[in-house]
Amino acid sequence: MDEILEVLSNDARVGAAEIARLTGKSVAAVKTAIRKYEKNGTILKYKTVINRDLVQDSGSFVRALIEVSVTPQKNVGFDYVAERIYSFPEVVSCYLVSGAYDLLLVVEGENIHTVSNFVASKLSPMENVRSTTTHFLLKKYKEDGQVLKKRAGTRRLNISY
Amino acid sequence: MIEISRKVEQLAPSGIRAFFDLVLGMKDVISLGVGEPDFVTPWHIREKAIFSLEEGYTSYTSNKGMPELRKQIAAFLKTRYGMNYDFDEEILITVGVSEGLDLAMRAILNPGDKVLVPEPVYVSYRPVVELAGGTAVILKTGIENGFKLTPKQIDRACGKGVKALMINYPCNPTGASYTRAELQAIARVAKKNKLLIISDEIYDELTYDFDHVPLASLKGMKDSVLYFNGFSKAYAMTGFRIGWVCGPAKVVAAMTKIHQYTMLCAPITGQLAAQEALKSGFKSVQEMKREYHRRRNYIVGALNEIGLECHKPQGAFYVFPSIKSTGETSMAFAQNLLKKKKVALVPGTAFGPSCEGYVRISYASAYDSLKEAVSRIDSYLKSRKTLPF
Repeated sequence: MDEILEVLSNDARVGAAEIARLTGKSVAAVKTAIRKYEKNGTILKYKTVINRDLVQDSGSFVRALIEVSVTPQKNVGFDYVAERIYSFPEVVSCYLVSGAYDLLLVVEGENIHTVSNFVASKLSPMENVRSTTTHFLLKKYKEDGQVLKKRAGTRRLNISY
Repeated sequence: MIEISRKVEQLAPSGIRAFFDLVLGMKDVISLGVGEPDFVTPWHIREKAIFSLEEGYTSYTSNKGMPELRKQIAAFLKTRYGMNYDFDEEILITVGVSEGLDLAMRAILNPGDKVLVPEPVYVSYRPVVELAGGTAVILKTGIENGFKLTPKQIDRACGKGVKALMINYPCNPTGASYTRAELQAIARVAKKNKLLIISDEIYDELTYDFDHVPLASLKGMKDSVLYFNGFSKAYAMTGFRIGWVCGPAKVVAAMTKIHQYTMLCAPITGQLAAQEALKSGFKSVQEMKREYHRRRNYIVGALNEIGLECHKPQGAFYVFPSIKSTGETSMAFAQNLLKKKKVALVPGTAFGPSCEGYVRISYASAYDSLKEAVSRIDSYLKSRKTLPF
């Protein structure tokens, strides 16, 4: 991966001048590269990773993994069905996977009922959906390479040779 | 009253010890004084160590170290650098490179023998020479030359009784390293003067601007070099205490003799963890290296910008900037910075008397801490300028 992307994927707040210093490239070159990545969709968005368990006012919130078996459509395969499903705002992620089922969804809602409702009234009745299995998430340990526990401080001595 | 041996009494440096104690006793310090990676040992290596304990691997090993580990090291050196060492006769597993250096000195020196030691130098070099009854001949290097030894300097220092040259590259505390051509020139001079080269290459995997070349891998040099390396820096395994030395069978056998009486063997947990590191740790090494490379670029630029002259070192995770512009001694600078801004670094004088006017900064710290530390140093420098004297 380009070093610019490597730096940004770790901390999106690092500016072009700073990236230039870190990587030994010129500021102009870094800016051009970032613009190119933004334009061609390599960089889709800059966002912050938040541990929602620690947010006071976020209200209740549940997340479920849903396995979906679908009947693929002629000519368009799974893509057509997938689009109909991922267009629901409740669906946070949608993957086509190999194995016993076809689509894996990550769905969010205020509580178990919201998610159940979504499955019962929107997802299951869809023409090409053959079956669904819903797993409610109980605890999140690590997400996108990030451990959701605040790191303990360093165990190194403050000074050594 | 028990009298301590004169040799030990004379070992330096007491001022530094007091400063270290001061740092260790203080809270909320941003430390640029640490001589080890800020990464924790990769999980697969730690997991292997834990599993080995569960399996009951808690015994002594062969004095030389586990044969499997020595075989793996021999194979690794062959593929990585094209070096050929016999696992049974030419490799010894030590408790870190530190033990290895001590063994080497005790194995080769007779009273009065001289050893060429560069300066700035890692703290243990001079003491291990002196404890073994030798005399250290200091070769000073300076910022104008990027803290590198020159062949001419080595040649001039050679004379009656000079038996060996100690070299550490990439270097702790300066980060300086050598290109293949520079090493070839040093090798020629060493050969001409029949020196044994004690080559400490513990930071080899942290070389940024060119490929690291072991002195022992140069044509015709294998018999003139003791090659030291280990797992501490490349795999962030400092606490496991596993190093190795490769060299002529005769010297390795002599070192093994001392090692078996004083250390018996390196700890088995560390040796098993080291095997895992060699088996599948290389990816982690490369990731760490890229991260350090970026931090080096940052710190060199930032220090020069705030007015501390700093050369761009080629490896390790240290820079050795000059603080002469402040007019303070390195110890005073370090103490003031610690007390007023809570930033810890190591005064240059810890690495030899000729290093007055320099400090060692370790950039093995999280990038955000580095930035904060630089801004505190900057504010310290500015506050000094506004003082009336």
